[in-house]
Amino acid sequence: MWDYSDKVKDHFLNPRNVGEVENPDAVGEVGSLACGDALRLTLKLDENQRIKDIKFQTFGCASAIATSSALTEIAKGMTLEEAEKISNQDLAEFLDGLPEEKMHCSVMGKEALDAAIANYRGVKMVKGEFEIVCKCFGVTDLEIERVARDNSLTTLEQVTDFTKAGGGCQACHPKIKEILAGLWKILPEEPAEKTVPAGKKLSNLQKIRLIEETLEREILPPIRSDGGDLELIDIDGNTIYVALRGNCSFCPQSQFTLKNFVEAKLREFVSSELVVEEVKS
Amino acid sequence: MKTVYLDNNATTRTAPEVVDAMLPFFSDLYGNASSMHSFGGQVERHLARAREQVAALIGAHPAEIVFTSCGTESNNAAIMGTLYSYPAKRHIVTCRTEHPAVMNVGHHLQSRGYRVTELGVDRQGNLDLDELRGALCDDTALVSIMSANNETGVLFPVDTIAAITRERGIPFHTDAVQAVGKIPLNMADNAIDLLSLSGHKLHAPKGIGALYIRKGTRFAPFMIGGHQEGGRRGGTENVPSIVGLGKAAELAGDRLEEENTRVRQLRDRLESQLLARIPNALVNGNPDCRLPNTSNLSFEYIEGESILMLLDEEGICASSGSACTSGSLQPSHVLRAMGVPFTAAHGSVRFSLSIYNDAADVDHVIEVMPAIIERIRDMSPFWKDFQAGKPMSSFFTGGDAEHHLHG
Ligand SMILES: Cc1ncc(COP(=O)(O)O)c(C=O)c1O
Ligand code: FES
Repeated sequence: MWDYSDKVKDHFLNPRNVGEVENPDAVGEVGSLACGDALRLTLKLDENQRIKDIKFQTFGCASAIATSSALTEIAKGMTLEEAEKISNQDLAEFLDGLPEEKMHCSVMGKEALDAAIANYRGVKMVKGEFEIVCKCFGVTDLEIERVARDNSLTTLEQVTDFTKAGGGCQACHPKIKEILAGLWKILPEEPAEKTVPAGKKLSNLQKIRLIEETLEREILPPIRSDGGDLELIDIDGNTIYVALRGNCSFCPQSQFTLKNFVEAKLREFVSSELVVEEVKS
Repeated sequence: MKTVYLDNNATTRTAPEVVDAMLPFFSDLYGNASSMHSFGGQVERHLARAREQVAALIGAHPAEIVFTSCGTESNNAAIMGTLYSYPAKRHIVTCRTEHPAVMNVGHHLQSRGYRVTELGVDRQGNLDLDELRGALCDDTALVSIMSANNETGVLFPVDTIAAITRERGIPFHTDAVQAVGKIPLNMADNAIDLLSLSGHKLHAPKGIGALYIRKGTRFAPFMIGGHQEGGRRGGTENVPSIVGLGKAAELAGDRLEEENTRVRQLRDRLESQLLARIPNALVNGNPDCRLPNTSNLSFEYIEGESILMLLDEEGICASSGSACTSGSLQPSHVLRAMGVPFTAAHGSVRFSLSIYNDAADVDHVIEVMPAIIERIRDMSPFWKDFQAGKPMSSFFTGGDAEHHLHG
């Protein structure tokens, strides 16, 4: 059982401002049913441009509901300029803290507020300005960078606790590490043990063996635990042909997994020149 | 407030009779059964008795029972002990809905170069026996399939599976931790080679288990040490707990009928009443082939942890397969393997009963549950949209809903 503060319990059991404001001036929606939490925020301003009424509807765990409730309490009476400055830490502090693994709830609150403000101002995020890094949970590079900077996150696990990114199929792990490395100007960690000393040429037989080993050890376990499977079909020079099986074969994310995970791992452990291609069967 | 304990698949109350049976072994009878003096030696008699009691519950011979420290150890020992005995074979077959105590052993083996086939299940949690037949090959060292699933209670046709594997000469292990004590099992009537059970699921204490090893089954010890347990498991016997497990096995045998009549009726009433009173609720797992004590229900458009928290306020203990309670960010692997749609996977609640439950417990849940669900749904944007007949906006369902449906 989570160790929730009394304040979290109070805001969960007696949530403030549940519902939908009629004829709202702004609506902010974040999260999704698939991801396991989502928040819809509606608000109305008074003649002085202060938040007169603000309500939430939340799908999620106790801390998601408590954070939404806290958010409405904090934001009420503020101008949008003031509300904009509310950080996810403010939400967590208001509730006397959240378990580390639940910090993503505070981030979701902050994002719903940002979305509502953007909605009021008529700004839309233009496609192309951001890239969706974590497909499992729909998290963009901008978001990961911002949350990591605001909360001084340096590890992949922290990013997952705060944004959920990386908590699913793990295909986005290399990309998240890259973002962290760029942000904190640290070099990405070297793979623990390089099986092949760089530059050493592998015989074809060695290469095939190494590819098979890497598949079994590094690649298949996470894919299989997600209900998928992958079969090695052929190796032609540096091109590796694989077929996706099980859940992977009808998963729209499979191309992403193939390039960002399967290929990345094979490049890490076998040779940086490898290319992975999918054979449809 | 009275505690209504409906989480017996997680763990059970230690039966008072079991506690009584154990107590002397913490005080007067503290000797070591292996000692060469009669003070220690007298304990051996009690171990032998416990072994008979456990054997009797599953229709086995006492010599086929090895005591272990828990269900997890039994599973590890069964799998590793078999693989040690067939060093040339590098393939095992399990299923996607196994408990982590089998599934993660499989993943561990995979990272050590073994090939592991995880059989899929259908929407109701049932295995496809043809898929099983197709997965077996000359390299297969072991098939390990659970007898009953801990989350949904779905029963697997282990007798049939054992017959299939026997014909192919492949050993078969079953994790029967959730089945033993809840449904009748008779090892004399089947071809199961290895079977795991755990004390704390049948009113014995936590930290005691047993592994059944059929006579003639190849097995190399997993816990290597002294000559205890006929050389099959080293370590000084946990005498009080073994005696407790024996007593619990005897009680479970006596109470099997009650479990399958009175407890089953309570479960059925709980389930049918909740389904009748709460809209958009569904049963997870084949309702016609389940443990008598388990009901896994999903309430659409809400999340399980909040349901559990409100149940807790009423003194009701249950569990959930939602992401927030599983400690990961995705709903339980069992519900995902079954392809439970994401509208329902996050809102699952498991009630698991025992002979210590009565009609008042069930009535209490039936009474408070509709309001709890309504209260959480009143906060859910999806429920509001659903009620209003609005299409779910793509943003809200997530751009890649498919992934979650199948992942
Ligand atoms: C199906 C199944 N297998 C194994 C175990 C593990 O048993 P133990 O807790 O005794 O290690 C459990 C209990 O959590 C279970 O439900
Ligand atoms: S966990 Fe990030 S893409 Fe799957």
